[in-house]
Amino acid sequence: MSLTRPQVEAIAHLARLEITEAQMPVYVDSLSRIIDFVEQLSAADTGGVEPMAHPLADQVQRLRADQVAETDQHEKYQQNAPAVAAGLYLVPKVIE
Amino acid sequence: MSLHTLTVAELAAGLAARRFSSLDLALHFLGRIERLAPELNAFVTVTADRALADARAADERLGRGEGGPLTGVPVAHKDIFCTDGILTTCASKMLSNFVAPYDATVVERWRAAGMVLLGKTNMDEFAMGSSNETSFYGPVRNPWDRARVPGGSSGGSAAAVAACLAPAATGTDTGGSIRQPAALTNLTGLKPTYGRVSRYGMIAFASSLDQGGVLTRSAEDAALLLGAMAGFDRRDSTSVDAPVPDYVAELGQPLKGVRVGVIREFFDQGLEPGVGKLVRDAIEALRLQGATVREVSLPALPLSVPTYYVVAPAECSSNLSRFDGVRFGHRCDSPRDLLDLYKRSRGEGFGDEVKRRIMTGTYVLSAGYYDAYYLKAQKVRQLIAADFERAFAEVDVVIGPTAPTPAFELGAKTSDPITMYLNDIYTIGANLAGLPAISIPCGFVQEAGKDLPVGLQLIGPHFSESRLLAVSHQYQQLTDWHRRVPNGYE
Repeated sequence: MSLTRPQVEAIAHLARLEITEAQMPVYVDSLSRIIDFVEQLSAADTGGVEPMAHPLADQVQRLRADQVAETDQHEKYQQNAPAVAAGLYLVPKVIE
Repeated sequence: MSLHTLTVAELAAGLAARRFSSLDLALHFLGRIERLAPELNAFVTVTADRALADARAADERLGRGEGGPLTGVPVAHKDIFCTDGILTTCASKMLSNFVAPYDATVVERWRAAGMVLLGKTNMDEFAMGSSNETSFYGPVRNPWDRARVPGGSSGGSAAAVAACLAPAATGTDTGGSIRQPAALTNLTGLKPTYGRVSRYGMIAFASSLDQGGVLTRSAEDAALLLGAMAGFDRRDSTSVDAPVPDYVAELGQPLKGVRVGVIREFFDQGLEPGVGKLVRDAIEALRLQGATVREVSLPALPLSVPTYYVVAPAECSSNLSRFDGVRFGHRCDSPRDLLDLYKRSRGEGFGDEVKRRIMTGTYVLSAGYYDAYYLKAQKVRQLIAADFERAFAEVDVVIGPTAPTPAFELGAKTSDPITMYLNDIYTIGANLAGLPAISIPCGFVQEAGKDLPVGLQLIGPHFSESRLLAVSHQYQQLTDWHRRVPNGYE
């Protein structure tokens, strides 16, 4: 196992994923296999190679003018929200 | 010939000649979907009312003489494309209640062209899978043998078109998700150049790799439909602002003189001999028509799968952070606090493979591991792209198999993620380098008394879709593999 259970628990926490007790050993095993598998990259000679940031070398990030271009459609968008009130998204109490 | 085995080009010609109406087509395909889609589990949502309304509108438009070449042709969209007012699930419990508030650009463009929406097709959850077994709505079955997978992640689109439930469908391809299912179901599957087709409204998996495309019965159909979906879109920041060629007009380019490079690394161990033989036969057929064939070597290409399984999960872990149980999607019952809401909503809403990839991505991006995994993978990705670039200095297209084996049985590869990941060993390179690639039918192997389709893959330089489509079209003038329909679906 390249990953330990505490490591996987820490990853799950960082990823904000609840993993059940029964599933935890399955993830420790499969994530270890994946990390072992991608480990073969370390043998590749990448001296002097620039990391690839974009699949098309000559493309640059396009910018637009900082102007309002969209109309307000919050009512339509909030129809998909689990809980809203007065146009606001509701979540459990954050500050006591 | 029945309506449902016709190509999009043939349907368009029939509509233009008034041999049938768009409503005739919609009713015919909806009838087949009702009868045959359940045994394949090809659709998540069938949009019958919408299809009939679209068809009536198309007929009126054609009647006024205002139709375009695709007006009235029925199609299906992979359920990863947002469709205004229609359930858009990405085959995930997370989005099982999500009604998209707008159309994806691809959906909008096909709609504007007058195409008729039959429904939304099943897929691997969030497009993560190579067998369509990770869907929240259950696996899709392959019409060539329902005990086998159709490939993934665009498995519902592939099964629907292969079984003649739709003349064509959209797909998305992050590591082979259009080409591999096309190969496993005897279809033509085109993944365009990165940036050629807008990603706006296409639910993101790995943004530097994702590209929308089509699954069709012929290269000619792929040319027609790509023309109607490609082009600049200001709403996608990586959309490329370059003119869209007339892909149909360029299908006639002859094979004579086309320089074809056979990828040595694609014929190594792991390739099933029967598949290899059919692919070599197809390459020989191209040579006999005047293409020049030579071998090319892309030495970094065997590292494409491990590279992909760092880059794609990293991007996925970032993209899927938006599903937080607050603004849309699944929310757990009675959360104790905000952290509990996030963790349980995501833990319940995502399936196992999606969680596995989010965690892989979280790990390779985490402090202390970023350089060893993510940065290293982005460097190897550069080596892979450079290999292709060197090859394209000498040849016009590179060629090989699409997948190492024909369709495999359901459940055969679900126990070990690595075994599943290796299905995409020949397709991932094109995504990493942003190149256009196509899979076309090149014959059948027999297994357990079943004919199973095999795909030939062509990969070209950036924006060489015309060339890929023309070579494929010329091959399809010589062969009729692409016109074969599975037993029971004729």
